[in-house]
Amino acid sequence: MAKILIPTPLRQFAGGNDTVDVTGATVGEALTALTTAHPDLRKNLYNDAGALRSFVNVYLNDEDIRYLSKEATPMGDGDTISIVPSIAGGR
Amino acid sequence: MALTNQEIARYSRHLILPEVGMEGQNKLKDASVLMIGTGGLGAPAALYLAASGIGRIGLVDFDVVDESNLQRQIIHGTKDIGRKKLHSARDSMHDINPYMQIELFEEALESSNAMRVLKDYDIVLDGTDNFPTRYLTNAACVLSGKPNVYGSIFRFEGQSTVFATKDGPCYRCLYPEPPPPGLVPSCAEGGVMGVLPGMIGIVQATETVKLILGAGNPLIGRLLLYDALGMKFRELKIRKDPNCPICGPNRTITELIDYHQFCGIPSTPAAPPPASSEVEPLVVKQWLNDGRKFTFIDVREPHEYQIARIEGTQLVPLGDVPKRLGEFDKNAEIVVHCKSGMRSAKAQKAMQEAGFTNVLNMKGGILAWSDKVDPTIPKY
Repeated sequence: MAKILIPTPLRQFAGGNDTVDVTGATVGEALTALTTAHPDLRKNLYNDAGALRSFVNVYLNDEDIRYLSKEATPMGDGDTISIVPSIAGGR
Repeated sequence: MALTNQEIARYSRHLILPEVGMEGQNKLKDASVLMIGTGGLGAPAALYLAASGIGRIGLVDFDVVDESNLQRQIIHGTKDIGRKKLHSARDSMHDINPYMQIELFEEALESSNAMRVLKDYDIVLDGTDNFPTRYLTNAACVLSGKPNVYGSIFRFEGQSTVFATKDGPCYRCLYPEPPPPGLVPSCAEGGVMGVLPGMIGIVQATETVKLILGAGNPLIGRLLLYDALGMKFRELKIRKDPNCPICGPNRTITELIDYHQFCGIPSTPAAPPPASSEVEPLVVKQWLNDGRKFTFIDVREPHEYQIARIEGTQLVPLGDVPKRLGEFDKNAEIVVHCKSGMRSAKAQKAMQEAGFTNVLNMKGGILAWSDKVDPTIPKY
């Protein structure tokens, strides 16, 4: 079992949860499990072509999956996946 | 320039730190920092940077102090409502520290002026509130070789890091592209906890002082995430993207571009909606007085409904509109409203696409209702 941390802007699409427990052998499988449980998240994480949106970064523990094996990055029990979207507020 | 005896007295708690000392305090005095924005992030950062003894600080802002700023922008006070933020910020900073120089840029940072505005500063502190200005600030910092001390906030969460140092990543390494317009709400639309920008702005001020002193481990290549509700700090790695179009070895961008366009925001405002799709608050009031039969829908959130509401409306939050369409007659006359008219325009569009034939958007939302119809309705 791994944990996905859901950031504030996306919690409304994840039933209000700040974390969701998932199983999967890769980060991609974990994200699929997440969007299966919370289908409203899908359009916020993926574009129409099915690729992860470029303003949403996904980390396995503290490493950006773009610098690992992207969605094929293997993961295991106790890992934490973070979804970190771009925010711009400052005033 | 050497410190005066008065300055030595003022900075004594710095001077007795071996990591700062006379040498470090002189570095601070010789340093210059450009602050983009004197709002939520800029306010606390500017107060501490002024107090720390930075010799010269430039402030870029074009806004005027509004009452709704005071919940978090602590550099401005109640007496400053209606004043230029630049003047109010300068007065607060000089009140704390008269021995520093403050330069004011009363303009929005744009591609046409950014290189000029940044030119005479060592470090840039990004306290802006929108994607185009953030990408612009990053690009101008990369192109002019100045560190970009970044912070951003949303509701209860903040991010901070230092971009655009010599070997470090830049904003585009972290986020190659911005989200499409309208997807991520601003603080004005989404709300922000008042003390949140305090925490992040002070992280930015801390990193700025450390960069000047050359002390400690700077927040380069690391993204600090702060969750105020959980009171948790986390840290993620930011890699320098070898394919980054602006800071990578094969860069393709060598001058500033139009960042509004880059962020999908047209430079010329979109054509106004046809008048036939909008209705003035005064007209709606007349309809209510006349007993005209129409459905009046408020698409704001329940907690906003508790702040202020118009008699005779029913609440259907925007996010619930698609699944509640079945409750309404597609041919009935329907008026939708929200706070200022943006969300209700989205609701109107969704209803029209679902086959509703007569949906009108009340112009200016409940704010306009308060201005034009009923001043007892509070504005928020």
